[in-house]
Amino acid sequence: MQDIVRQLEEKRAAAELGGGPRRTEAQHKKGKLTARERIELLLDPDSFEEWDMFVEHRCTDFGMDQQSIPGDGVVTGYGTVNGRVVFVFSQDFTVFGGSLSEAHAEKICKVMDHAIKVGAPVIGINDSGGARIQEGVASLGGYADVFQRNVLASGVVPQISLIMGPCAGGAVYSPAMTDFIFMVKDSSYMFVTGPDVVKTVTHEEVTQEELGGAVTHSTVSGVADRAFENDVEALAMLRRLINYLPANNRVAPPHRPTPDSADRIEPSLDTLVPDSATKPYDMKELILKIVDDTDFFELQPEHAKNIVVGFARMQGFPVGIVANQPLVLAGCLDIKSSIKAARFVRFCDAFGIPILTLVDVPGFLPGTAQEYGGIIKHGAKLLYAYAEATVPKITLITRKAYGGAYDVMASKHLRGDVNIAWPSAEIAVMGPKGAVEIIFRKELGNPQRIEELTEEYRVKFANPFIAGKRGFIDDVIMPRESRKRICRSLAMLRAKKLENPWRKHGNIPL
Amino acid sequence: MFTKILIANRGEIACRVIRTARSMGIRTVAVFSEADRDALHVTLADEAVGIGPAASAESYLVIEKIIQACRDTGAQAVHPGYGFLSENAEFARQLAESGIAFIGPNVHAITSMGDKITSKRLAQEAGVNTIPGHPDIIENADEAVAIAEQIGYPVMLKASAGGGGKGMRIARNDDECRDGFLRATNEARSSFGDGRVFLEKFIEEPRHIEIQVLADKQGNVVYLGERECSLQRRHQKVIEEAPSPFLDDATRVAMGEQAVALARAVDYESAGTVEFIVDAERNFYFLEMNTRLQVEHPVTEFVTGLDLVELMIRVAAGDALPVTQADVRREGWAIEARVYAEDPFRGFLPSVGRLVRYLPPPASAAVRVDTGVYEGGEVSMHYDPMIAKLITYGATRGQAIMHMREALNEFYIRGVSHNISFLAALIEHPRFRDGRMSTHMIAEEYPDGFHPADMIHDDPALLVVVAASIHRQYMQRAAGISGQLPGYERKVSDRWVVVMGSERQAVSLQPAEGGHDVTFQDALFQVRSDWQFGQPLFRGTVNGQDVCIQVERRNMHYRLFHWGAQVDIMVLTARAAELLACMPEKAPLDTSQFLLSPMPGMLTQLSVDKGHEVRAGQDLAVIEAMKMENVLRSERDGTVEEVLAAVGDTLMVDQPILKFA
Repeated sequence: MQDIVRQLEEKRAAAELGGGPRRTEAQHKKGKLTARERIELLLDPDSFEEWDMFVEHRCTDFGMDQQSIPGDGVVTGYGTVNGRVVFVFSQDFTVFGGSLSEAHAEKICKVMDHAIKVGAPVIGINDSGGARIQEGVASLGGYADVFQRNVLASGVVPQISLIMGPCAGGAVYSPAMTDFIFMVKDSSYMFVTGPDVVKTVTHEEVTQEELGGAVTHSTVSGVADRAFENDVEALAMLRRLINYLPANNRVAPPHRPTPDSADRIEPSLDTLVPDSATKPYDMKELILKIVDDTDFFELQPEHAKNIVVGFARMQGFPVGIVANQPLVLAGCLDIKSSIKAARFVRFCDAFGIPILTLVDVPGFLPGTAQEYGGIIKHGAKLLYAYAEATVPKITLITRKAYGGAYDVMASKHLRGDVNIAWPSAEIAVMGPKGAVEIIFRKELGNPQRIEELTEEYRVKFANPFIAGKRGFIDDVIMPRESRKRICRSLAMLRAKKLENPWRKHGNIPL
Repeated sequence: MFTKILIANRGEIACRVIRTARSMGIRTVAVFSEADRDALHVTLADEAVGIGPAASAESYLVIEKIIQACRDTGAQAVHPGYGFLSENAEFARQLAESGIAFIGPNVHAITSMGDKITSKRLAQEAGVNTIPGHPDIIENADEAVAIAEQIGYPVMLKASAGGGGKGMRIARNDDECRDGFLRATNEARSSFGDGRVFLEKFIEEPRHIEIQVLADKQGNVVYLGERECSLQRRHQKVIEEAPSPFLDDATRVAMGEQAVALARAVDYESAGTVEFIVDAERNFYFLEMNTRLQVEHPVTEFVTGLDLVELMIRVAAGDALPVTQADVRREGWAIEARVYAEDPFRGFLPSVGRLVRYLPPPASAAVRVDTGVYEGGEVSMHYDPMIAKLITYGATRGQAIMHMREALNEFYIRGVSHNISFLAALIEHPRFRDGRMSTHMIAEEYPDGFHPADMIHDDPALLVVVAASIHRQYMQRAAGISGQLPGYERKVSDRWVVVMGSERQAVSLQPAEGGHDVTFQDALFQVRSDWQFGQPLFRGTVNGQDVCIQVERRNMHYRLFHWGAQVDIMVLTARAAELLACMPEKAPLDTSQFLLSPMPGMLTQLSVDKGHEVRAGQDLAVIEAMKMENVLRSERDGTVEEVLAAVGDTLMVDQPILKFA
């Protein structure tokens, strides 16, 4: 017995040492924390329960039987974030470069299976050189086992990936199927094929950072939802994100009391929309002034900036916000923003988070780049996502809601529960000038007449009342009372029940 | 007395005049341009009349429109404020012709004081000191020396065609004068092709001190003491005070009496200001007379207890002045700081746009805020970028300064850049504290502009304990979330580590009634506040002392602003602080490699492309912001390595446009 206890202590010590002090130091030098350090910062103090510390790989080829470290390059288990259970796996780059062996994959699968079973989020911290080459196809099988679980867990429990080191080749597809990806600047990268292969095949010279660094993925590709300065910041912010997410798709999103009054009036919102229809304004000001405590957790803030998505709370209850951003591309919908918003809407719907949509959209972005890029299909994703969503949907139109884009942005016709508008709202098939030029094509030669007709059209149609007449909007409200009205509507909708017809799954235009 | 007056102005001064008129029971009419439709003065007035486009030349400066507005509304008198038509004799004349009273001086006074040469001559005739000098061209060095001896050294030799300091020489004795004359002549000839040079007394450490006068139609004239306005940036007054810390009573009286003599000489009526330049020996010389209400009049109102606008209105209505010189008292000290929409850290670049947040300090017996804007309002490119005047009062200068420091802490502005930290820096500057100012002080003390490093907080512990208390509240809020594992709920620790720059120090907190007891550096701080999450101002007490600290929560850190200094503080668990120390220090981006957008706006023109060689001063790009074109020029020679923005892009502040090799 004593002997066993001694062995236990030895194994524990060995596992906790990971790749040893030298490799730990090397990890720190690269600006990275170790797998265990990351877990420590992610979870509440002393809440981590580690599993499978004694797992070792089974490979005997290439001298691998001579080297084995308990834990096999990944630390797994569960713990709490603000008292709420999360499952976690954290790859240990100091052990075999964090490479994925069959045993390593089994450890990941074990926590994922548990997470699905008990209904708690899975957080994956990725820092791995890739497949354990020595294990060959066994390692590949391991990846696929993880992929399969990512898919089964999708929409059942939240899955979040932190990329905190290399993540290349097939390995990228596990994070890619999770709900959110956070990256760390200068020390993480994700790509399917690395710079060397790129150079051989396409003769492009590109650095790892340029090809798949945090900045690239959080601005250009939109693969990452946020990019942070270092591991410590990324982990602290991940804790904040988790506060908005329900444990699983069967429980309500977490409530957190707030001292912020639901009746708070914001007089300055009355002047947010400028007099001139072409002048931009910052939609984020509206968001920050209506949510609880001015706390807004924005996702993909640097990608497709013409639409803003993120989480906030109202009366302590999480809400997903989707907002056109007039500051960028006049708030037009395009391929990237449609995809960005569609994925966010679907996440909220899957996890029962009400959606607040703030609309100022002049339409879809025209151009060959958009049409050739398939804006038809991508724009349809957002339409589909909104139409399919059964969570409470509140829509506030601040200014323009033109054409097809009006329909898309959580309109009444897509089962919007509460659709309200500011007095500055213009709900119309298109802007006055465009409309007049079509309706009065014959008058095009007479600019003065066109101007008169445009003004006539503006007075008649560029207001919220035409839509109001048909009940497409439920009320016109003063901007200053937006928070009050939205809070009350959300409270009213809290018990909303709506189900779509049974089907195996819909066929969203991918 | 009038029953209705029109205010031919906008912004804070219009609001200020309306306030007094209202208290006198007089109805008010505002005028507004298209850009000011929603402005505060329009809301405050009983009536408002639109007078045309945003450009002041087409609205606030159009005499006919103002007079028409008076006719349409039945206003019997016009208060012109300052600027715009306030010193326009033609305006005063046409008003008189239309039978509308001008709340200001008569046409004669405006005209004679509006002309530099006439005003100087009238001043001399009235026995007012003027700068000794020789107005005519000097023929040779001997003549220069002779004149200089007569005036007294030091003297300044100035090129007649001069400007920008060229052809200017200061001489302190005969030799320097002789030498200076030759050099100034040569320099003037080579720079301007005109060698003519004249000479005047050189004023060392000049101070700008002005006398407020008040006169009625009955011929009574009083002076209301002085204002010192020496703190100027490029001739723009920044901080003013009354009284001046420099004057003695004898000088004060002498200046006051000369100012009154000048006012009498032109049959002055209403409020006016005689500006003097004062040298280190308290010799004072006439500069000019402003025939209107000055921006900085509130400091005089504080120390005299008089309402200058009210007195102006009464005098215009024909009342005699209710005060004699003997009645004029001077009590306490008042300081005014001008809050401008400008970025002190970017060469004071003016800023325009929406006031996303605007929280001026609350008014009290010691604090007055004259403002013409409100949260959600606009700072327009069309007019003066002054957002507000902050005036504080105290029994002593020290108290007035203290109130000013506190009021600046409370002034919260977002959406446009502002000069609050620069004002705080000036107020705390040893030279200002000791009253050792001159009109050159700002240029001397901040020769390379104003930088964040110029403001270092002298009591960081105060910021630390407040940040710790705030962090603790955030953690407590986080711990209140639903769905926690029963029996394993989150417990918030009492022990934290604060990280400020490269410093890490332990701090511990105990919840207490209305706040926390914080232990930091072996000292106990009782932090009390009713601050709520998201509020930009942390108001409360630390060890019983009132504090107001501006706070913003950013990702990991709290950004605190207090006493003009901005400090970033992180509050972490001991472990997180330890691990953060392992994280590499990331060198801030070398911005000299980039052309950055100095303001939010749209890139409308890009004159260079990848690989182009550029020279310093060459036009690189044009950014349109608020319909204004801003040309960005290269600060150095170099090659464009990368183009990072495209024409049509909407740019944020500091967004890179070009990268240089």
